[in-house]
Amino acid sequence: MTFEPRHPVADPSQKQTFRHRLSGLSDRTIAWIFVAPSIALLLAINIFPLIWTIRLSLTNFRTNRPYAPVKWVGLQNYRDVLSDVGVWHSMLATAHFLFWTLFFQVLIGFTLAYLINKKFRGNDLWTTIIVLPMMLSPAVVGNFWTFLYQPQIGLFNYFIAFFTGIDPSSFSMIGDVSLAPWAIVIVDTWMWTPFVMLICLAGLRAIPESIYEAAECDRASRWRQFWTITIPMVLPFLMLAVLFRGIENFKMFDLVVQLTGGGPGDTTQLTSINLKREAFEKWHTGYASAYAVILFVTVFGLASIYVKALNKVKDR
Amino acid sequence: MTDFLNGLLRLRRGAWEMVATVLIALGVLMMMQPFALVIFSYSFGVTLIGTVAFVIVSHFPE
Repeated sequence: MTFEPRHPVADPSQKQTFRHRLSGLSDRTIAWIFVAPSIALLLAINIFPLIWTIRLSLTNFRTNRPYAPVKWVGLQNYRDVLSDVGVWHSMLATAHFLFWTLFFQVLIGFTLAYLINKKFRGNDLWTTIIVLPMMLSPAVVGNFWTFLYQPQIGLFNYFIAFFTGIDPSSFSMIGDVSLAPWAIVIVDTWMWTPFVMLICLAGLRAIPESIYEAAECDRASRWRQFWTITIPMVLPFLMLAVLFRGIENFKMFDLVVQLTGGGPGDTTQLTSINLKREAFEKWHTGYASAYAVILFVTVFGLASIYVKALNKVKDR
Repeated sequence: MTDFLNGLLRLRRGAWEMVATVLIALGVLMMMQPFALVIFSYSFGVTLIGTVAFVIVSHFPE
């Protein structure tokens, strides 16, 4: 009588063959096997939509009329976008927002990091408190800053009135054409300065104490130590923070929509808000695609030269 | 200056990257200037040429 197992046991020689086959693969092939799923995902969710957007930008396709015949219009959408005064104004609003938010975030973020880096009582508690705004949702921040900016009940107006003596209900931060661009700058700075602070803090803590001790031995003043040790060694971190915030603020949407909705008029209508209106309110899909491609090329070009500068600073 | 021109003639990365960088920066400035719509209209062309040039010349030898 012969015994036959219910589940056939794999032949050890076969197992060995598989193991042998696997171990026979080159390191390069194994690396490709591991990387392939990521590349496939990247192609599916990044590269394919990009190519599809470029294709749409050359047509008159409208998403709300999917069965209408699609006409090839060549570069007409690009010409329309680049001669549109509204798009130009959006670019100017974005440039104002980008420049001032980066300026204030770097200035305040670095100052805070420099202060937090000094050892004092309650250091960790202060770090946690300062970092809190960054952890909130932009929708929540936009909502409660809308209340803070209220001319009648808003604390912000009373704060300004307390220091300047002007009537708190005489101005509206988000209703005034000249103040609204500054209102969004203030909120973004309040929310994202901690991010810049954290990156700068990492840079400051990475500086070896021995360098400062050597500088002390050479009788270098505090001012000289700051400009010849601290700033050059924190610069790559600072540039990285500017890169991250710059790209994020170039496509800023949620916070500003919640705060001002792009108004009053189109004073705070940043490019991303304008793009969304063209794509999903006016349903000019081809036009919006051309607009998106223009923004993509601009950010890509800026990021390329910025990464080059960053590498140069790191190599120094 | 002579080094820069030599770099351009001998297709060296440094010199050509400089040209591409200037083009991108110029394009972005043209895009975000408040003076004339005509300048804005040509901004994308300049940025695009700069960006494509940057991608190509970054493969040139040092």
